[in-house]
Amino acid sequence: MSAADLHALTGAYATHALDPGENAEFERHLAGCPACTQEVAEFAATLARLGAADSVVPPEALKASVMAALPTLRQEAPRTAAPPADTRRLARLRRGWPKLALAACLAVAIGTAGVAVQEHREADRARARAVALQQQQDLVAGLLAAPDARTATGAAAGGAGVGTVVWSAGRDRAAFLASGLPAPAAGRTYELWFDDAGTMRPAGLLPGGDGALLLSGPLAGARGVGVTVEPAGGSAHPSSAPVVLLSFS
Amino acid sequence: MSAVVHLTGPSQPGPNLRELVARVARGDQDAFSRLYDAVAGPVLGLVRRVLRDPAQSEEVAQEVLLEVWRTAARYRAERGEVMPWVLTIAHRRAVDRVRAAQAAADRDQRAAAASHTPVFDEVAEQVESRLEREQVRRCLRGLTELQRESLTLAYYRGYTYPQVAEVLGVPLGTIKTRMRDGLIRLRDCLGVGS
Repeated sequence: MSAADLHALTGAYATHALDPGENAEFERHLAGCPACTQEVAEFAATLARLGAADSVVPPEALKASVMAALPTLRQEAPRTAAPPADTRRLARLRRGWPKLALAACLAVAIGTAGVAVQEHREADRARARAVALQQQQDLVAGLLAAPDARTATGAAAGGAGVGTVVWSAGRDRAAFLASGLPAPAAGRTYELWFDDAGTMRPAGLLPGGDGALLLSGPLAGARGVGVTVEPAGGSAHPSSAPVVLLSFS
Repeated sequence: MSAVVHLTGPSQPGPNLRELVARVARGDQDAFSRLYDAVAGPVLGLVRRVLRDPAQSEEVAQEVLLEVWRTAARYRAERGEVMPWVLTIAHRRAVDRVRAAQAAADRDQRAAAASHTPVFDEVAEQVESRLEREQVRRCLRGLTELQRESLTLAYYRGYTYPQVAEVLGVPLGTIKTRMRDGLIRLRDCLGVGS
């Protein structure tokens, strides 16, 4: 589905009228679309007015049974770079520690360089941007916490900086973390690619040399990811030699 | 009456819900009790509107309120107010229940739709919420018929947008556009947003 088609789904998304597949696709789009995020938040507030207008007086017994149940329920911890609920499971995994280290890198990357926002930069009202950053962070952190998450790391071709890809076959998604890559020259950006048996499929833009990016689109059997320097706005096909190449194996 | 309903109108007084949620996140049951008083009426009302069955609605409302308790720490003020957050959870759960029931028993649903019994007799009639209801009705009347029908079938009946398209005999693309521009019009009419 094209980005324009996806934009039009804000209303159906806010009313929970999408099927699970479309819902997931739209949520991936949302992560990189501050304008859509803003619109969805406003629609949720609008629909809440409809919902609240149907308010009834709940029976006393409902409150009693809800209050009685509280002590039996464990409250979830706030979502940070790596959800603490998943930390124990992560630690048990063989690849536990590198992923925890990555989660820490991710927190730093987000704190300092921020996360690349792929689309609608013209519409990045500060609030919407903050929301999108948070969602992107949640999505990347969620991917790190996936039980089948795997990682591959490689040094950049020029020697400066490191790129890491995290992927989960179960979630069919990948994320890229850049650390210390040289900042692209003015008017240039890093572009991510999925390697589909030698054909490079665009997977998102990373404007700086540090940061995290949830790659757009599914893994769809890709062999790995590549990073090239492209003109700002990105290219449809790589126009330069890869700076980083990482394979899913 | 203990359950005073505080609506999400721009000028509304009442407890600071964000502060309550922050305290609930730290396990404060008194704060939860106050939050409950503010949101339980809208939660149950919305769930009933979608599910219609009173017993099932109470069950789902309870699940929603306990989810609020469990996930209070996940609430992010920068993403919006508390009431939309809670009612989004409520709507999601109500719709999930409708779809589960639909998959299991389409025939029951047809029977229920045919009988069409109004189940909410004890609607809260606080002045505040009556005014709010009137404003919502007025704004809904301001939509085109297709916008209104698309939105109400999706929101109040839990239809997916392909189901809405089928019921209304309108192409899919038209429905998703009408849902979006209907919500934009409603948003502006209700004065939501910046």
